[in-house]
This record gives sequence, structure tokens and C-alpha cells, in this order.
Amino acid sequence: MSARDLHGPGAPWGEREPGHRSNDAFSVIGRPLRKVDGLAKATGAALYADDLVLPGMLHAKTLRSPHAHARVLRVDASAALALRGVHAVITGADLPIKYGVIPWTPDENALAVDRVRFIGDPVAAVAAIDEDTANAALKLIRVEYEPLHAYMDPRESLVRTEPAIHPGKPGENGNISKHVRLDFGDVDAAAAAADLVLEGDYTFHGTTHAPIEPHCALASWSADGLLTLWSATQITHYVHRALARVLELDPARIRVVQPCLGGAFGGKSDPFSLEFCVAKLAQKTGRPVKMLWTREEVFYAHRGRHPMQLHYRTSASRDGRISGVDAKILIDGGSYSSFGLVTTYYAGQLLTGPYDFPSYRFDSTRVFTNKPPCGPKRGHGSVQPRFAFEVQLDEIAEQLALDPIEIRRRNFQGEQTRTVNGQRITSNGFLQCLELVERASGWKDRRGKLPFGRGLGVAGSMYISGTNYPVYPNDMPQAGVQLKVDRSGAITVFTGGNDIGQGSNSVVAYLVAEELGVPVEHVRVVAADTDLCPVDLGAYSSRVTFMVGNATIDACRKLRAQIVGALAEHWQCEAGRVRLIEGRAIDTGDPARSLPIAQAFHIAEARCDTLGSTGSYNTPKLGGDYRGGTIGASPAYSFTAHVVEVEVDVETGRLTVPHVWIAHDCGRALNPMLVAGQMEGSAYMGLAEALMEDHDVNRYGLHAGPSLLDYRMPTAVDMPELHALIVESLDPEGPYGAKEAGEGPLHPVLPALSNAIHDAVGVRLRHLPFTMPRVLRELRAAGIDRRARERAKPARLATPPHAARGGAR
Amino acid sequence: MLRMPQFSLERPRSLAQAIALLSEHGPAALPIAGGTDLVPNLKHELHSPSVLVALEHVPELHGVRVLADGALSIGAMTRLADLALHPEVVARAPALAQAASLVAGPQLRTMGTLGGNVLLDTRCQWINQSYFWRQALGFCLKKDGTVCHVVEGGKKCVAAASNDTAPALMTLGATLELEGPDGVREIALDEFWVADGINNKKLGQGELLVRIRVPQQRAGHRGAYGKLRERGSIDFPMLGVAVRVDIADERIRDADLCVVALAARPLRVKRVGETLAGKPAQGPELETAIEAVAELAHKQCHPLPNIPGDADWRKEMVPVYVRRTLLAALTGSGPVHHV
Repeated sequence: MSARDLHGPGAPWGEREPGHRSNDAFSVIGRPLRKVDGLAKATGAALYADDLVLPGMLHAKTLRSPHAHARVLRVDASAALALRGVHAVITGADLPIKYGVIPWTPDENALAVDRVRFIGDPVAAVAAIDEDTANAALKLIRVEYEPLHAYMDPRESLVRTEPAIHPGKPGENGNISKHVRLDFGDVDAAAAAADLVLEGDYTFHGTTHAPIEPHCALASWSADGLLTLWSATQITHYVHRALARVLELDPARIRVVQPCLGGAFGGKSDPFSLEFCVAKLAQKTGRPVKMLWTREEVFYAHRGRHPMQLHYRTSASRDGRISGVDAKILIDGGSYSSFGLVTTYYAGQLLTGPYDFPSYRFDSTRVFTNKPPCGPKRGHGSVQPRFAFEVQLDEIAEQLALDPIEIRRRNFQGEQTRTVNGQRITSNGFLQCLELVERASGWKDRRGKLPFGRGLGVAGSMYISGTNYPVYPNDMPQAGVQLKVDRSGAITVFTGGNDIGQGSNSVVAYLVAEELGVPVEHVRVVAADTDLCPVDLGAYSSRVTFMVGNATIDACRKLRAQIVGALAEHWQCEAGRVRLIEGRAIDTGDPARSLPIAQAFHIAEARCDTLGSTGSYNTPKLGGDYRGGTIGASPAYSFTAHVVEVEVDVETGRLTVPHVWIAHDCGRALNPMLVAGQMEGSAYMGLAEALMEDHDVNRYGLHAGPSLLDYRMPTAVDMPELHALIVESLDPEGPYGAKEAGEGPLHPVLPALSNAIHDAVGVRLRHLPFTMPRVLRELRAAGIDRRARERAKPARLATPPHAARGGAR
Repeated sequence: MLRMPQFSLERPRSLAQAIALLSEHGPAALPIAGGTDLVPNLKHELHSPSVLVALEHVPELHGVRVLADGALSIGAMTRLADLALHPEVVARAPALAQAASLVAGPQLRTMGTLGGNVLLDTRCQWINQSYFWRQALGFCLKKDGTVCHVVEGGKKCVAAASNDTAPALMTLGATLELEGPDGVREIALDEFWVADGINNKKLGQGELLVRIRVPQQRAGHRGAYGKLRERGSIDFPMLGVAVRVDIADERIRDADLCVVALAARPLRVKRVGETLAGKPAQGPELETAIEAVAELAHKQCHPLPNIPGDADWRKEMVPVYVRRTLLAALTGSGPVHHV
């Protein structure tokens, strides 16, 4: 049961501090309102990319490489082209220009030009009258390959240079994607002076997003040469730019639209092969062309969590203060760069909170292998290091005989501070997060005192609310919003922000309703359409609520100034007396004077001109003064603490998680129901990665199971009780104080689970995933079997968690 | 979405019509019951029938009856969801009801049938994949290829029987009523299997499974099913253990234990009856005997890396699930399942 089910729609969400401005002061903000597209989605009325059908539309399919690494010698499509119903076949020769979401690393082709780099790499695409004809045509395309040595082990890519997966400059290893080493303070001196130095190896495996909606794109050319692409993407603006580059078109002739999206989690934040293919095929055939990928193809497109081999050395004083952290990380990037440059930085840059430590070094290397390419998945780049570090921190607490929550308190960095790598911290509610999970889980009475096989574990984390690093360098705003007022009283908001299910369109509507005093139902949101909407950079790095939210408030305040000014003139009063609230304009000095909001708009339109406004957001100058110092520099950081409860079946290795307490500092919950949903969804995803999910290839380099049957994700019956505990630190720069909530709450669940296992059975698991065979092996290696429970001392009876269930806020 | 191949659909209204259609079209026709196994296999291009004969409207295949001799006669089209809750099945054959309740997930049990589960095709990580995937692999012994990827140099397919209900029915001494162009025949389920993953059943061309007969069990019958899987729903078994124990005067009179999801056919663990016979139904002597049965099973079962899941670990799970399922049968607390 979710927290939402427990509390109902009128739940008293979150903890309130004394003196904290109550949400009662708002009309809309802080209320658990329905999503603006909730009914459409629940009733099936919402239109996703694959729901779109145009007259004369053709269907396209992709031919993929059966080789993990090979030269493409020849592609012969003549038999396919001769098949009745086939309209066009394209190959790498039709789309030779390389692209990549990071402008410095364009290493992808829509279709293989001379080389394939993993099993599933796109080679050719067919447009035909229907899907079956297109599939039949694929089987008629003859491709000659010259197989090359395939790299499956990232350690091999580090040392072997030939053949290179991406041949680089002379003297460079083309199998290395990115190397970053940054030093802050003297980490070796810290180790030499420390009371305790702990060193260890950790493994994070690959996992993928598995959004319920597969990738889909539809392209259409107008008679006057305007290309429109509807695509299931979370980065409309970057797709727009990439299309112009690869198709060699003036971007002014391209329109990109994101229809309703069925989940992304980072898996739709690259430009993808199908977007270029449908555009090219539509150009060639003169007809609209759609391509919908199968679930299997989504697994090949991947861009999921990077597998990482991590080594940490942490130094601490006797009282538990951390003096230095030294990390060395090997990142398996798969076959292309994707966001890999950023991943390599994030793997180090995002560890420097919520704890303060005076010295830090990280050395991370991302290599290419012949596997589906990795990229950004919810908690991009920082979930893996967080796992390693929080497990190591727990071990430090153990060795120093400190309570694991206490050691985290002692190292708290504080508010309004700067991290060792030069990041600015503003609001920081981490201590409150710790306090909430400590109380709700019954930590003091239960941790270390539960019967053998049951345990509690804690972990903390921080995450960004967007960063000041735009993917391509420019001085323009990161987020833009435009408002248009109708005489009916309705307001239309145009935003480039991508609602990927996280509810950003709803957040925009709530902000407009709050600022301009109109009911939420009177706000229409037009989003993610490059012809209609001002640019926003897209839904990644948890930037949308913060940046688009601030841009929305900016636009609203400009518009409100016009309206209030006109009413002040109309009523002959001070502008400060005029309020727009609850669908009316009111003179607070003379409350008898009030008007329905539509009439107020009429007065303003008559006095001012057609009503509208624009607003924008750009980050302040942030980040350390060194190369890469802006990567991971966020205007505000969110903070999270989890306590996980686990039961270990020592006969089978099965881990059962009955409860996860999730406390998250989201600044302010603009809609607590959406925030709780993000917290629960994050904990679900992280727990799924720890317990079951494993995105890997088999000994042939073939995906180990590209289906939702074989890539196991927990079902409803596998999930614990999730207790969402909202902390509101009211960030000085966030919209109404809000920060992100969609990615941060994922991080701590994995290390907290490992730490809980240690509490349960005294075994420390450092290598993910915690599948049953692995857990059993580790238990057996530690001499634990089914007799262990009987040998264990009788446990002191402790309060069951159920007492805390209802009050888990 | 993966596409379905093209086929025509026949919907016979009687058993005779269904058998005639299957005879008429020969190997080009396949029967379809609930379709929960066949449809994904069609999408993976494991079969390419030109005709599907739907059994939905064949009345002879429906209904659960208690016969005069106390046996259960279960129509092959009985939905697994109905079977799991049928009061006569729950009372007379608890292991079967429990096994049916754990097949796949709720939606699939609403469509899937007992006949379909008994006749379920064997499964292997190298075969239950798309055509593209299998082609990239170079195919395998079970279809289109010559190499076994489970056993190096293997010449016999070892895809795993994965039907939860089969071992339960075996412990209950079930027989199958088959009807085909050559008439009706009855075969003990024990005799029905072949240790060949390509086709592990002695089912003739054009022959249909009509009904499953579960004989009346002895007074003091106890049964249970234990299923090992990663998730609490949806997944096929990584190991299935079915148990029958007959109790008389608080002592075990006879017992039987069958397992599935290890090899190409469901297997009976040998010498279970003689190890348990005469032992008291509780107490330390029973515990020792259960340990001995767990040890027998551990020695006799040899999981292969055919289905997903570490084979060594699955072997270690055999004694654990044998022990737990035996205890569940004795205490009436089955099924053994983690959720």
C-alpha cells in the first residue's frame, strides 16, 4: 500500500516546522490536486505518439546487426525494394552525418555507415504500406559483415587498443570514452593522518529504464517543405537541433512535437535512430512515416545505468568525522558516447554532500564496450558512487562503534555552504530527513535489536535541481515560458518543458493558477512543440520544476503587473491593494470592490493592449573555477535519507523488504501528492535495481533477455510499504522554494538495503545486484546457513513497525 | 510490438469438428486454448501455422465433474483461475489447486487452461526469444539450428518442462484422456513424457487432450505445491515441487514427490515413499526422514543452465523446497511460495 492510499487525498502531507509559512496561505500550491492530464491518461483518451495516424502513412522497421562488432562491407537492399508494398529502404549512406547529444562527442549514425558496435545496432530501415510488409522486407536485405574482436569486459577496453571501437586520434586509445581526474585538498595527507582508513571495492551492475511506452516517431513533410516530427522524446529542443544537423536542413524548416509520453526515466533523452529514419523516409517517399520500436528494440536502444567498478578509500577520525574520500571508478559505457562525458564527471562531482569532507579525489574512466550504449538513467551517474560510499560509511560507523545515523549527522555539511569541489549549497534539509526516518522506522528501539535475519539500514544522498551546464554552450535562457490571456478568463501557457509523466505540465498550471488567481481548470498548457513554445532544454537532470517553474513565475508576475496596474487605475487605488485570487480581482482596501477575473482581464486588455507575457530562467554563475567545474553545479540541491527494513531468508538468499521510509527535502511540495508519487516511484526503481534488475549481455554479446519477462522488474506484490516523508526546506531560489523530487529519492535505497542486510545477518554486500544466488553465496562464504538463526542469541523483543505505519510522516 | 504471423482461425463447435479440422490441415494447423503460451511463441516465430483451431467453444473440453468412483474429471479447457478455486479440486487434490493458483499471474490464469499448462511447450533461455535474437545467436537445437547452447556438444535438447500443474498431477496418479483421428485413448501422465526438449510429450498428430482424470485419493491424503521464482507473480517456475503424503493413524502410509523446471520432463524423485512410509506424521523422527528425502532429491536433481537462474543455486534450492513443501503438505499450509 502506498502512502497515498494510507492517507487519502486530504492527507496532512509532510512535516511542518514552527514558523514555517503554512500552505494555507496559498490557493493552489501545496494542495494534492489531480494532474492536469490525469483523467485523459486514466481513461485512455490521451494521445501518445503511436496513437497518431496520418492519411497515407507508411510504417517503418529497422534492420539490426547480429554482430557485436563488425565492419559493414556491403548492404544490398535490391530484393527488399522489389517487394510489393515497400516504398523505400535507407542505409547509412543516406544519413552519413554523425550526431550525439553532447556536441563534443558526436559518434553515432542513424544507420551504420561502416561499422556496427553491438548486437542490435541499426543498419537499414524500410518504409512499407504496413508493418508486416516492412518486416518481410527486412529479411530480404543482404548485409556482408567482417566480424571484429568484440569487447565485453571494460577492463579489456582499458588496455587493448586494437581494434578500436571508435578509432581515435593517433596515439589515443579509441576504446576510452572519457577520463576525468580531479583533486580537491590533499587526500593522501588526510589518509596518513587519519585514525581510520577504510578501503574497498564495490560493483554496480547495469540496469535500464523500461518505460511502459516504447520509442515511437512519426514524420511528415508539408507541400512547402516543412518537416514535422512527433516523437516520444524528453528533449524536444535537442532533437530539433540534431535533425537539422543530420538531415542538413535549416532548423527553421523543422518542427518537433512531443505528444503525451508514457514514461522515459532518462531513456528518451538522446536523439534516436528512429527519429532520423522516419524523417528521411518521409522525405524520400513523400508520405508520412511512422516507426514504433518493439520492447526488444527499446532494450537495444538502452542508455540505461552504467555498470561501474568502484574503489573507495575513506579516511576518518576517531569521532567519525570524514577527512578524505579517494575514488577510482571504471565505467562501462557500452558502444557509444551518449551523455558519457557528463556521466564521467557526475560519477565524482555529485558525491560532495550532504556530508562535508575537506579532501576529495576522483579518477573516473568511461570505456567503450560492444554492448547496448549506456546513458542517463534517473539519478544519472551518481547512484553508483552513492551506493559504494554509503556502504563504506556504514562500515566506518561499525568500526568506530557509532550509530549509522549519528555518523551521518556528525558529517552534515550544513546550509548555505560550499562543497569541497566548489558547489554552492543553499537550503539543506538533510538533518530533518534523518530525524524523520529515524523516528518513523523505530530506529532507536529496533536497529541492532531485531531477531537474526531482520535488520534496518540507513543511507543519505543529494541530487541536483538542474545544472548550469547547458548541453551546448550559449547565453540564452535555459527555460522560457509564454502566457496568453483569453477574454473567457482562460490562460494558455506555452512551455518547451517536456512532461514525461513527472507532472511538469501540472506544476506549470498550478503556478499560473496561484499567481494569476484563476482556477487550475482555466489554465491550458501547450508544451514541447518547437513551433509553438519557447525553448526549454528538456526533461533531464531534474531541472524542469525548478527552471520552467521559475520561468513561469517570471512570466506570471510580468502579466500580473499589467493587470494589477490596469485595475489600480480603474479603481483609482494603490496597485498594492489589488489581488488576483480564487477567480476574482479584489481591492483589498475596499473588499466590496471585486470583479470576476475575466472582467479584470477585459479592463486590462482595454487599457494595456493584447495581454500576454514571456518569462525565463537562467542559472546564476555557479560551480568551481576549473575544467568541468560547472558540471554538476546546480542552483539547488535536494537531500534524501532512507531507512530500509529487510528480512533475509538464509536458506535461499531471498531478501524481503517489508518497509522503506523515504524522507526527501524537496524545498517545497508544490503538489505533495506528485512529490510523494515521485518519492515512491524512485524508491521502487532503486529497490528493483538492487533486488532483481540486471541489464547484461550473455557470452555471445547478445542481450541476456530483452523482454519484460526475462528482464525482471518487481510487480505490485513484490513491493514493500513505502512511506513518503516530505521535508520542506524552502529553497531561496526555487519556485515557491521548490527543488527536485524525481531523482534524488532513488539513491539511498540501494546502500540502505546493503546496510540493513548487515544489521540482519552481519554480512556486508558490496556487489550488486543482490540476487538470490549472490546473496546465498555470500551468506555461505560467511558461514551462515539455516542453523545460524538457532545459534543466534535470542533477540530482544522490539516494537513492530506497524505501530509507525499510520504515523509515518 | 512484435507482430503476429498471418493465419486463419477456425472455431469448431464440437470435439468431432475440432479433430476433423486438425486432421484436414495436418501439421499446418495448431490448436489454441487460452493462447497464453502459444501467442508469444507465435510472435517469436517458433511456429508458423496457417490455421489455428480454437478450442474455446468445444463443449466436451469444459467442466469439472466428480465421477461415481470419486475421481475428478477435469475438462482440458478449464481455466486455471477457476481450477484453483474449485471447491472439489481444493478438497480432493490440494496440490493441483495450489499449482494452478501459482501459474503466471492473475490475468494469464484467467485465460490459461489446465490442458494448456499440461501441454506447455518446454522453455529455454536460448529459444524463447525473438526471431532476430535467435538468428543473431545462430539458432539452436530446438528449432532452426544444430547447436545446443546449454550443454556444450549436446545432441539432445534439454529445454525445461515448466508446467506447474504437471508434477502435481503426477503425484495424484492422473491419467489423460486423448482423442484423435484414430479414436480415444487413455494414458497415465507418468507414461506421457519423453526426455526430449524438442517435444517432450507422446501426443499424436491431430490428437487433442480432452479431459484429465484425477483418481480418488486415499482417506488421509495431503498434498502441496512449492514454487520457486524470483517475483511473486508472472514468472515461470525456476523449480516446482509437488508432494503427496497419505496419512493413516498419525503415520505416513505412502508419499510421492515430483519436480519440474529442471529437465525436459517433469521428474519423480525416487525412493520418497519408502523413506517416509511408516514414519510418524510429526516429531523428530519425521524431521530426520524429511532431511533424508531432501538429500535424496538433492542427489537426484541436476538443474541445467536451460532456463534463466543460476543452475548451481537452483540445485541448492531443491532440498530447501522439498523440505518446505513436505512440511506444508503435512500441516496443510501450502502452497510454498514467497508471497
